[in-house]
Amino acid sequence: MPFTLPLALPAKVAAFQPPKWTRWLVHAGCALVVLVPVGALASDLFGGTRLLGSNPIKEGEHILGEWTLRMLMFTLLVTPIRQLTGWNWLQKYRRIFGVWAFVIGCTHLLAWAGLDVEFDWADIQKDLTKRWYIMIGMAGWLLMVPLVVTSTSGMVKRLGKKWVPLHRLIYPTVVLGCIHFFMALKKDYEDAIIFTALFAVLFAWRIYMSVRKRAAARAVAA
Amino acid sequence: MLIRSTPDIPSSEITPEAAYLNRRDFLGRSAGALAAASIGGALGAVLPSRASAQGDDDKLTPYEDVTTYNNFYEFGTDKADPAETSKGFKTKPWTVKVDGLVKRPADYQLEEFIKPHKLEDRTYRHRCVEAWSMVIPWQGIPMASVIKALEPLPSAKFVQFQTLFDPSRMPGQQRPVLQWPYTEGLRMDEAMHPLAMFGTGLYGKTLLPQNGAPLRTITPWKYGFKATKSIVRITFTDKMPRTAWNIAAPNEYGFYANVNPEVDHPRWTQAKERRIGEFRRRATLMFNGYPQVASLYSGLDLRTNY
Repeated sequence: MPFTLPLALPAKVAAFQPPKWTRWLVHAGCALVVLVPVGALASDLFGGTRLLGSNPIKEGEHILGEWTLRMLMFTLLVTPIRQLTGWNWLQKYRRIFGVWAFVIGCTHLLAWAGLDVEFDWADIQKDLTKRWYIMIGMAGWLLMVPLVVTSTSGMVKRLGKKWVPLHRLIYPTVVLGCIHFFMALKKDYEDAIIFTALFAVLFAWRIYMSVRKRAAARAVAA
Repeated sequence: MLIRSTPDIPSSEITPEAAYLNRRDFLGRSAGALAAASIGGALGAVLPSRASAQGDDDKLTPYEDVTTYNNFYEFGTDKADPAETSKGFKTKPWTVKVDGLVKRPADYQLEEFIKPHKLEDRTYRHRCVEAWSMVIPWQGIPMASVIKALEPLPSAKFVQFQTLFDPSRMPGQQRPVLQWPYTEGLRMDEAMHPLAMFGTGLYGKTLLPQNGAPLRTITPWKYGFKATKSIVRITFTDKMPRTAWNIAAPNEYGFYANVNPEVDHPRWTQAKERRIGEFRRRATLMFNGYPQVASLYSGLDLRTNY
C-alpha cells in the first residue's frame, strides 16, 4: 500500500479538537452564504443599489447556483480530510454542509421561479418539459430532498445500515449539478470546468479508497 | 479631427437626473408590501403589473448600465469585463478596409470613412438574445448612405463586417471562446434599410471601447450579437457570410437573428425580456417593435431562418 492513513501529522495537530461552539460558527458562516447574496439582491431591487450590477436578478440567481455547488463540494470534502488527518470529529459537519447545500439550492430555485420567470406557470411548465438544463437542474435538486429529510440524527439511527447507500445520492446530484452548469453557460465553460475538475478529484479519491479497502480485505482473506 | 462634433441631444431626450435616480422608485414603493407578503405566490399579486411597468415605456437606460453591462467577448466573457479590460484601448489611428464586390475598395482612415455622412441621433431599443434589453441614445451615420458612397457592384448580395483581431489589445481573444476574428453580415437590402446605421457614439459622447469603439453596426430589429463592434473590415460578397455565433452554435444562433417573440431560443423563451433597471419582465415585440422592416422578410419562414 502506498501510504497509511491517517497521515503522520505532528501529535499536536492530530489531537486537535475544535471547541463546541465551532458548530455554530459553521452554521453562521453557511447562513451568511445565503444571506449576503439574498440581501444584496433585495437591496438592489428595492433599495436602488447596484451591488449585483445592472441585472441583479440574473446575477443573484447565478451566485446562488454556484454556491449550491460549492456547498456540495464542502460536503464531499469532509470525508477525505477526515481520512487524511484522522480528525473524526469532522464527520459531524458533513450533514451540516449537506443541509445548507439544499437550502442554497432552494434559494437558487426560488430566484429562478419567482424573480426570473415570475411564477409564470406556463413558462415554468415549458421550461420543465422542454429545456434540458432546467430539467437536469431540477432533478439534481429533487435528489437532495430525501437526503435532507433523512439528515437528522434520529433518521440516521432509524435507517441504520441503509443510511449510507441512500446518501450516495449526493453523487448523482453533483453530476446533474455540473451538467446543469455547463448547459446554462454560453461558450465560456471555464468556471464549469473548474468545478467539474474539483469534483472529479473528490470522486477519484473515493474510488481510490474503495479499491484500497477491497485489496486490504482480499489480503486478509488470503 | 476624428469625429465631427456631435450635435447636442435635445435635453428633452435625456432622462432627467431625478428620473434617473428614481428609476427604481416604483419598486421601492412596493417593497413594504412585498416584505409583508410571503415570498411565494403572493409575489405576482403584489408587484406592479406588467402593464404598469410598461407605462413609462422606453425610458433611456442609464449611461452607467449601457457602459458597464456589455457582451463583447473580445474583452472578456463576463458582462463587467469589457468596461474593465478595454481601459486604454486605442482607437486612433483606425483603418477600415473595404473590399470585395465594390467599386471603391480602399483602406479608409476612420475620419474619411465617417466624414462624408450626416451624423444623426437615434434612440433605439436594444434586445439581447439573452432576453435582456436597453434603450440607447446612439449617434451614428446611416448605413445606406455609406454603402451608396462605396458603390457596391450589382453582384454584391451581402455585406460582411469584421472586428479587429489583436489579442494583445483585446485580451478576450487570447482564449478560443469564439472563432476570431468576430464576423457578422447582413443581406444587402437589410444593410440598406433606413434603420440600419454605423454607430460612433452614445449619450452624446464618443463611443467607449466596451460599446464597440470606434465604429460598430446597429440594427435595432435584430438581437444584439448581430452587431459587429470595433470594425476593421467591410466586405461586399455574393455569398451569405459565416457569422461568429452561428459558427459557435448553429442550432441556437442563425444568420438573421431577427427579434422574434414567437421563436424561442432552444434554452429560453424569447417572448419576454427584462429591461435593464426594471423588475418585471415585459413582452418582447416582433422585430423589437420595428414593424417597418417586416417587408424585408415577406415569404421567408422566420422559424427556420432564425
